[in-house]
Amino acid sequence: MTLSASKLAVGDTHEAVIVEDLKRTQIVQYAGASGDFNPLHTDEPFATVAAGNPSTFAHGMLTMGMTGKMLTDWVGADRVTFYGGRFTSQVWPGDTLSAVATVEAIREEDGEHFVDLTISTTNQDGREVFSGRASARLDA
Amino acid sequence: MAAERFPVEEGHVMMFARAIGDYNPAYFGEGAIAPPTFVIADMHFDPESGLRPHPDRQWHGSGKEPTSRPPEGSGGGGGGMGLHAEETFEIRRPVRVGEVLTKTTRAGESWEREGRRGGKLHFSEMLHEYRDEAGELVITARQVGVRTERNPDA
Repeated sequence: MTLSASKLAVGDTHEAVIVEDLKRTQIVQYAGASGDFNPLHTDEPFATVAAGNPSTFAHGMLTMGMTGKMLTDWVGADRVTFYGGRFTSQVWPGDTLSAVATVEAIREEDGEHFVDLTISTTNQDGREVFSGRASARLDA
Repeated sequence: MAAERFPVEEGHVMMFARAIGDYNPAYFGEGAIAPPTFVIADMHFDPESGLRPHPDRQWHGSGKEPTSRPPEGSGGGGGGMGLHAEETFEIRRPVRVGEVLTKTTRAGESWEREGRRGGKLHFSEMLHEYRDEAGELVITARQVGVRTERNPDA
């Protein structure tokens, strides 16, 4: 799927629920796939008793990866030219996250069209957990 | 820092896509591309990655006890390893299954600020370049890590 510059306007948004009731198993899957086995994310006794957290919590990059699905479902998996952001709050097992992309600018560079987006992912309490930006190549 | 070889494998991309809950067919099978954040998974190919256990080295995760090593500088829940504060990818083109990327890393800026609950926050930046077999830049990644220093009065 790809987007056309002619069909987009500043202020347009795309939103998706990226995970409902996040399971510890998915965090374990992400640890295995990414190679980040920090026990804070996957080891409940370590995370709680040793490190003093209420439970394990997700890798920031899992949130960014799941948020990326919202982005690529909209702009196309092969169209992203920039994607970055800050992890602003922890994500816990049981969280339900929604991500939204908002069009900030549509621009043309060397005959190619691009969209610049702001990205925000929030939890079920409305707290932002990831705050970012992205850019993608568009059709004309 | 030495260049690191990062072979992009079909099964690895499949597992990564599943882990982020993304079943887009573009990420599966022969000729697949990788999701935009996939290069973070290159730590599997870092022989010295501190984020997994190694033979003959102490690992701090739970076994008989909740940890075999008291977390150092762990105020704020960092568990002594620091936390990831920011990540940015500049993507020239998607990463493709079957290619072998080479990564070079250099340290960027570092800075400090006071945390909300007292105690200093130490930020440090790492910059990574991933190039293909032709030497062309594919992705530039910027990572900011944060470590907290426990407030002595807390």
